[in-house]
Amino acid sequence: MSKDEKNKDLSRRDFLQKGFRLTAALSLGGLGIFLAKDASSEDGLWQIDPSKCVQCGRCATHCVVTPSAVKCLHVFDMCGYCDLCGGYFRPEAKQLHTGAENQLCPTGAIKRNFVEDPFFQYEIIDELCIGCGKCVAGCDAFGNGSLQLQVSHDICVNCNQCAIATNCPADAFERVPSSKKNISKGFSGGEDV
Amino acid sequence: MFKVYRNIDFFDCPFPKGSKKDYSTSLGIRQCFQRILPLGSGQKFFEKLIREISLVLLTLKSRLCFSRLKPRLIPLILVLFLSIFSFDASAQRFPKPEFESGFEQEAHQLTLPRSDFMEYFDVFVLLVAMSLITWLILKKRSRKGVFWMSIFSILYFGFYREGCVCSVGSLQNIALALFNPGYKIPLTVLAFFLIPLVYALFFGRTFCAGVCPLGAIQDIFAWKPLQLKPWLQKMLGLIPFIYLGLAVLYAATATDFVICRYDPFVGFYRINAEFTMIVLGGLFLLTSIFIARPYCRFICPYGVLLNWMSRFSKYHMTITPNECIQCKLCENSCPFGAIEIPEVSVPKEPKKKSVRRFVSLALIIPALAILGAWTGAQFHENLAMVHPKVKLAEEVFIINENGGFDENNTENETLEIDAYRRSGQAAEELYAEAEIILKQFYTGGIWLGGFLGLVFGFTLAGLSLFRYREDYEPNKGECLSCARCMDYCPVEKEITVKN
Repeated sequence: MSKDEKNKDLSRRDFLQKGFRLTAALSLGGLGIFLAKDASSEDGLWQIDPSKCVQCGRCATHCVVTPSAVKCLHVFDMCGYCDLCGGYFRPEAKQLHTGAENQLCPTGAIKRNFVEDPFFQYEIIDELCIGCGKCVAGCDAFGNGSLQLQVSHDICVNCNQCAIATNCPADAFERVPSSKKNISKGFSGGEDV
Repeated sequence: MFKVYRNIDFFDCPFPKGSKKDYSTSLGIRQCFQRILPLGSGQKFFEKLIREISLVLLTLKSRLCFSRLKPRLIPLILVLFLSIFSFDASAQRFPKPEFESGFEQEAHQLTLPRSDFMEYFDVFVLLVAMSLITWLILKKRSRKGVFWMSIFSILYFGFYREGCVCSVGSLQNIALALFNPGYKIPLTVLAFFLIPLVYALFFGRTFCAGVCPLGAIQDIFAWKPLQLKPWLQKMLGLIPFIYLGLAVLYAATATDFVICRYDPFVGFYRINAEFTMIVLGGLFLLTSIFIARPYCRFICPYGVLLNWMSRFSKYHMTITPNECIQCKLCENSCPFGAIEIPEVSVPKEPKKKSVRRFVSLALIIPALAILGAWTGAQFHENLAMVHPKVKLAEEVFIINENGGFDENNTENETLEIDAYRRSGQAAEELYAEAEIILKQFYTGGIWLGGFLGLVFGFTLAGLSLFRYREDYEPNKGECLSCARCMDYCPVEKEITVKN
């Protein structure tokens, strides 16, 4: 192969390289602009839609964080402050007092505070809540549905694909923008503050 | 009171799952009605009415059973009666009381996510890390620098960020955003996808060298790398294309993010991973002692994109800082088999033979693409079965074929079926939704198959290409810019002494 031929060959190679590089750069830029137009400046978060949630209990078992990043949130505005709380007492509860045998929560994460006759306030102790949703099911069945499962964003590591979402039987998990970090059902109390 | 609830029978409701379960017997008066009444829009009002009455009945019934209940509940009942006429679907059963003791309700304690600013900070760290490692490779030619950058990435992107700002996974967000206008991709994710590709287009795969936490952790395990046979390397190198195709298909149809689901190392970074993930990651790390970076070379789908970009990179790293002296010292230095040896003389082929090869390749490549597209279309139902909705529709279909739901025997039901039954969705509606997804998979299957056919075809064509090369050079596509080979080169950087 003569020297001229080699040079010609190399220049053709360079030409092709340049052409492909330009094409690649343009397509990357085009893709970037196309997506950036519609992109959101906020970060995406995972959240549960309580109106879809069926309290299957998988939130407690399928999260990559232990205990789960899903916790029960008590929307006080929706609560009836009942003495007989379907979220607090087991269905077979013999007495309406705070004895462990009467409580529905497996970890005792609900605190019952006396307010005034006959009303009681129920408070979730986040450190103890494992997100099993038993109280949520109870409240949904007998009460106002003021107990709702929500993702605790301070614990959630915000996986690109939420492990609970892939296993949620009710398809209740959604990607939400960070300004709408909570989805609530029912009354205004569940909205963002 | 609960006993009363458990024995609700005035409508003889077909109760949902698990009569032994705590609440499921009495669950969802709402759902009872949904099942009793066909959910036509005309009957919505009637349904609401009955629901409200039933609530009142419930309260009354419990009132009768529990003399303990305070008379104060009577106005409550009245309120419930009144709510019949409010037509408010979300009416409370037990409205919030007005406290006489001056009790102040607590504020809701909503948890705050990591601030958006920190996400932008991650992008900044990525930019700095990319620039720094590119400078270390191209200018400093320092393997040590690359190593320390790897350690930094493992610590920051790995353990601190727990592996979840990840360029590799971001390609799925891109696919989802492209095909689902409803999904708004965060700018930070877009940046994480684009930055490494842009760098690769100009400087080669410096991202792989030591910024990607998945690659970095494998790289420090590459103690006794073996050289793979070229044919084996080529064959295994086809896997990432398949993985890429599947990942894009499943992300575009909003089914699942498979790359994230089967990420082998994220479990290490989070420390409390599932057992299977630890085993998977452990196997990859054990393998990487002998076969350097198995995930990067033979699995990573983002690597395919970086490979394409890097092929046309302008300032790709070179083995020698100056002119190659053909000493062959670097020949076996690359643990990834990415160094190409000189090919100066190749026996000239008879023209007839090369023409025949060209023609046959020109026929084979489109044939493979068509065959692939056909195969993809044939298997679209199998591919779609991963989608939870399609799977559910299939299960519901089978149940309906076998005589519908058995209301008395719901113990063995899966949670999905249970949730579907409780949602009260009509089977036809579910089938229609599944049908749409199936159609998406049909189109997607054709594209996936066609793409894979083309990849196989071009890989085949690449085998018969002769590329004139005088020196030892890195294969720009496959080279991970780890800078190991540089240490083997005895050539000094040219010291230009002027005057």
